Amino acid sequence: MYIINNRRWFFGIAAVLFFGSIALMVYPGVPFGIDFTGGTAIEVVYTGERPLQKAIEAALAPLTEVASIQPAGEQSYLIRTKELTPEVKESVLNALHINSAPYTLERYNSTGPSIGSELQRKSYVAIVLVILCIVLFITFVFRKVSAPVPSWKYGVATIVALAHDVVIPAGAFVLWTHYFAAGDIDLLFVTALLAILGYSVHDTIVVFDRVRENLRKNSESRTVESYDVTVGKSITQTFGRSINTSLTIFLVLLALFIFGGEPTRNFSFLLMIGIIAGTYSSIFLASPLLVFFERRQQAKAHAAAQKSTIL
Amino acid sequence: MKYRIFAIVALLALVAVSYAVQDGFAPKPAWLERQFQLGLDLAGGTELVYNADTADVAAAEIPSAMESLREVIERRVNAFGVSEPIVTIEHANALGGRTEERLVVQLPGVTDVAKAIELIGKTPSLEFRVERLDMRDTATASTSVDELFAPTGITGRLVQRAAVEFDPTTGAPYIGLMFTDEGGKLFSQVTRDNVGSILAIFLDGTPISFPTIREEIPNGRAQISGQFTIQEAKQIVRDLNYGALPLPIELVGTQTVGPSLGQAAFVAGIRAGIWSLAIIALFLILWYRLPGVVAVVSLCMYVALSLAVFKLIPVTLTAAGIAGFILSIGMAVDANILIFERMKEEIRRGLSVKDAMHEGFHRAWLSIRDSNTASIITAIILFWLGTSAVKGFALTLGVGVVISMFTAITFSRTLLYAIVPNTSSKLSRILFSNGSHF
Repeated sequence: MYIINNRRWFFGIAAVLFFGSIALMVYPGVPFGIDFTGGTAIEVVYTGERPLQKAIEAALAPLTEVASIQPAGEQSYLIRTKELTPEVKESVLNALHINSAPYTLERYNSTGPSIGSELQRKSYVAIVLVILCIVLFITFVFRKVSAPVPSWKYGVATIVALAHDVVIPAGAFVLWTHYFAAGDIDLLFVTALLAILGYSVHDTIVVFDRVRENLRKNSESRTVESYDVTVGKSITQTFGRSINTSLTIFLVLLALFIFGGEPTRNFSFLLMIGIIAGTYSSIFLASPLLVFFERRQQAKAHAAAQKSTIL
Repeated sequence: MKYRIFAIVALLALVAVSYAVQDGFAPKPAWLERQFQLGLDLAGGTELVYNADTADVAAAEIPSAMESLREVIERRVNAFGVSEPIVTIEHANALGGRTEERLVVQLPGVTDVAKAIELIGKTPSLEFRVERLDMRDTATASTSVDELFAPTGITGRLVQRAAVEFDPTTGAPYIGLMFTDEGGKLFSQVTRDNVGSILAIFLDGTPISFPTIREEIPNGRAQISGQFTIQEAKQIVRDLNYGALPLPIELVGTQTVGPSLGQAAFVAGIRAGIWSLAIIALFLILWYRLPGVVAVVSLCMYVALSLAVFKLIPVTLTAAGIAGFILSIGMAVDANILIFERMKEEIRRGLSVKDAMHEGFHRAWLSIRDSNTASIITAIILFWLGTSAVKGFALTLGVGVVISMFTAITFSRTLLYAIVPNTSSKLSRILFSNGSHF
């Protein structure tokens, strides 16, 4: 009941984090990677001493438009440029042998701008489609629950939770890549967001499912219980499970983060934030929202009743 | 009793599946040998993405044109000597109704991109070369084919049309060629001058047929007969007709991953998987006690089954795919946690351990079903929209979620029912309880 009674505080925390994340997405801004903008990413590992970043900047400047040069690890650089033609590519690769420093080309990734903009469009479509399908699915699964809150409002509560779960990890990712690690928004990022959506719904459904069960039990045993009590009870009953599951998955991701190597590090970071946000939203946001909806319905009904008596 | 027998069968199945799926721990017969298919990001290699220009092709003919494009490119790549190249067609539906046709060429182990691009982009050559009579007597086994034949100037450029035809008496397939006017004249001249010699036909520098010229062929038509099947004849005809690529292509994306980076990513993925399994096992056993042990055994079954499915389909494993799989391990644990938490509640309500277990399964099922369905919906949308990397993630996640539901309600249940005590002693309550309660 603590959660239901103090729901305004929990809504407030979510709102602050949500709008904070949106602010971060505006400034410093979302770092779209070459998957979306088109361009070339090169990762080189110097086998001897790594040349200075300035030297590389100077060597590449006359050849092409360099978007960024980031040192990665002890020996590597991650270089992003606009899309390179095969000829320019050769001269860029030669120029990287600064003072004939030996290196190996670990990764070369070049994407044309048409593919980039297509992927961007596809990603938005995927996220919107997933949210839409899930809301329809929830409305369908909870179709037999109509009192006191109609089943589509369970869907609405889920949308709010999902928006929260997508925006906050994205904001955290902006911070993370801006201050702590090299990285940008690529396809893996979108994949991670979609996985978070899936997980968060998973988590929310478990609580809603309990609400549904308790409502049914009450109506079977003809117990009169106010809606907020039922929801509060359901949260308490599923609390242990929610925390334990999230904790396990969090630990798994922590393992992936620590041992999973560079290619999936940003991915697991994003998922970790997502799991925390998803767990928070299903316990402190989605379910209390149901109570909020019910209160508003009551207030409206009350107002309508008063109006009719006055008339 | 019934459940104990089932449980033994289930455990034997676990051993069998694990044995079948393992690599390098114990010897096994050849028919069980299957390798994991590793994506380029793990194996190292190059992926080239081409846009095909279909503007000049009628919409109905696009699929067949793309298919012949794919085959031409595949043959060229094979000629390059790449082990297991994968050439696939991708329909990029840009959602505005405009469909772009793409060709994705994956070259495992190839990091010399420039050479690969050049090879794929070049036009294949069909060439007729005539036997060099001066070499006939001096030729030894070590003489190369190129030395034995001299160019005639007749190339694929001069072929107007090729078709598979059949000998009316023997029924054997042969290839009928029709040259252009220019080609017909040249052909007639070459055959007149070289009656009795061999006129070898070279495709991409490799001789594919050695017909002997019997007489001058004046009408601009030729036949290539040889010991080939209908399939081979069709193949050659297609090569001749599409001497040039059937569709113009343009390189729009390149991706190269060095072999050491791929190897490192693979090892890191495996290590993360093992660590996460260990962490989960520790947590489950410490918190959920005896049922926790069952859950761990069940998780092992889950992992073994999933790996078997990955090998069988086969699912191409990428870094994202491994991450998806590890995530699905977490989801698999959730099914067990839901059941156990429910059991605990029922035990607290005063039910016997046995009844609590039945109730736990029964009640948790709805939550497991609904929540996993949501995950499956996500996986399907990802798979449908995604490019190869995202597809890998979606597939492992989707397969993982389905298998985890399956193992939770069959495997875990059988094992738990097999060990559940009939009487409710203090000890059994402690073993089946969880958390800090005793």
